[in-house]
Amino acid sequence: MALDSLCGFSTSQPAFKGFSSMCTLQNDLDVFTGNFKNNLQLMNPPAAHIPELEAMKVDYKDPLHRERKTPYGFYKTPLGYGPVEVPDVGAVTAPDSGLKIKMAHGTTTLGFKFKGGVIIAVDSRATGGMFIGSQEVKKVIEINDCLLGTMAGGAADCTYWERFLSKQCRLYELRNREKISVAAASKLLANICFHYKGYGLSMGTMIAGWDKRGPGLYYVDDDGRRAPGNLFSVGSGSTYALGVLDGSYKWDLTDEEAQELGRRAIFHATHRDAASGGVVRVYHVKEGGWEKISEVDNDKYWEKYSGDKMPIVIN
Amino acid sequence: MECLIGIRFNDYVLLAADTVDARSIVVMNHDEEKFCKVSDQVMMAVCGEAGHTDNFSEYIQKNVKLYKMRYTYELSPQATAHFTRRTMAEYLRSSTPYNCNLIVGGYDNVGNKAELFFIDYLASISELPYCAHGYGGYFVLSTMDAHYKPDLPLEEGIKLLKLCIQEIGKRFLVNLPLYKVKLINKDGIQDLPTIQGADLVKYQVRPIGGDASAAPMEIGRA
Repeated sequence: MALDSLCGFSTSQPAFKGFSSMCTLQNDLDVFTGNFKNNLQLMNPPAAHIPELEAMKVDYKDPLHRERKTPYGFYKTPLGYGPVEVPDVGAVTAPDSGLKIKMAHGTTTLGFKFKGGVIIAVDSRATGGMFIGSQEVKKVIEINDCLLGTMAGGAADCTYWERFLSKQCRLYELRNREKISVAAASKLLANICFHYKGYGLSMGTMIAGWDKRGPGLYYVDDDGRRAPGNLFSVGSGSTYALGVLDGSYKWDLTDEEAQELGRRAIFHATHRDAASGGVVRVYHVKEGGWEKISEVDNDKYWEKYSGDKMPIVIN
Repeated sequence: MECLIGIRFNDYVLLAADTVDARSIVVMNHDEEKFCKVSDQVMMAVCGEAGHTDNFSEYIQKNVKLYKMRYTYELSPQATAHFTRRTMAEYLRSSTPYNCNLIVGGYDNVGNKAELFFIDYLASISELPYCAHGYGGYFVLSTMDAHYKPDLPLEEGIKLLKLCIQEIGKRFLVNLPLYKVKLINKDGIQDLPTIQGADLVKYQVRPIGGDASAAPMEIGRA
């Protein structure tokens, strides 16, 4: 009994009460495996059934949580995505703003192709209104060995749909005995976004990877837009990142120069954009897969970058 | 803020589309392809809401392809345009209308003539000698009224298109620096060199406090 309550199967739920009736068992199976039949159907997160978190449960009559009081200051996502913490920010957001929690809306992410592959660099701050929710969010989602996704916008939307994408990419591999291309993977995500267009999804992502066509980089966002390109930046700090990136970007960068440029663009963006900050994470996608290059807190860079200005090059 | 231009001459059609893909105040992409090749003889230029444009034009493209597979012959440019219009009209009164505007250009190999159709998001259609979508139209429709002749040779046609793009570069507030150009004639569809809108513009500037009668400095691009 202890285990099932820990797993969220509270006894008030009509589930796993025993095998007294095969009919009940069938009902239970239907309820809990519905998402196998229709993989777009979502399971309730297990935490929704834990009594202490009952207050956190989504009230479908009041999805905007206007009446919500949380028992804890923050709430860890139950599925083990990492330390994405959702604070109770009801007190600090505008009273008429409707949604009280809108995480990771301020962000800086960037990605660019160059002769040595694709560089992805991101910050790690999660904000909700004026509140910094976390300084160590992973905004690069490792879809598989050869594919990376970045997240900007709603943290929940991005993590959920890119995890979903990760599953679809694996299924594609099993079905077709070949790795999915970056173009196809990004199109899967864009089709989902188009399907939910107007329903309030909030995501601005880049899908980067290496396939048989070479390095790939696509921008996909919540209104169903999908564009291939050499250089993108997404998020509230994107204008600052572009300001650094556009000035020094060229195709023939060496690996070290490219990694440093990505890192530096994120650093300067976090310096100017209040909603970006934390650590700078740099990934490099190469022929064989991606590699994590660095994960260093911004304040370590201040000393270095404030004294060492970049050369001015006019092309 | 996007701009599409189409001009039809006796034996060819020119389509031009800007290459800016903007989100909010940021230009995400400077070489966006706003064309969709529907068949060997038909090309569409599409602008409008992000997501809708690609989705709609791809739907049309695949259905025209399917038609050819089923019946072994291709839809004419006119039939393609009317199929597009009808599809747009059906979606218009559904719960998921498409918000995009199109210019369909094609060469009819049976009737041996070039054709140009203007279709908007309200599913209206017009067969026209020249047309434009977006704010650019406010500037260049009169330019084309003044200069268009149906029998202009290709070099002159391209000149007319450059004149239009130059006018937009000079008078339109929003910066649309680059245009991709397609040529459709009896041999099919060809890419023409891109036209740089800003390159053609030379601004005349007088030095501050200078002699009003002095010749203005000419500032071109470096």
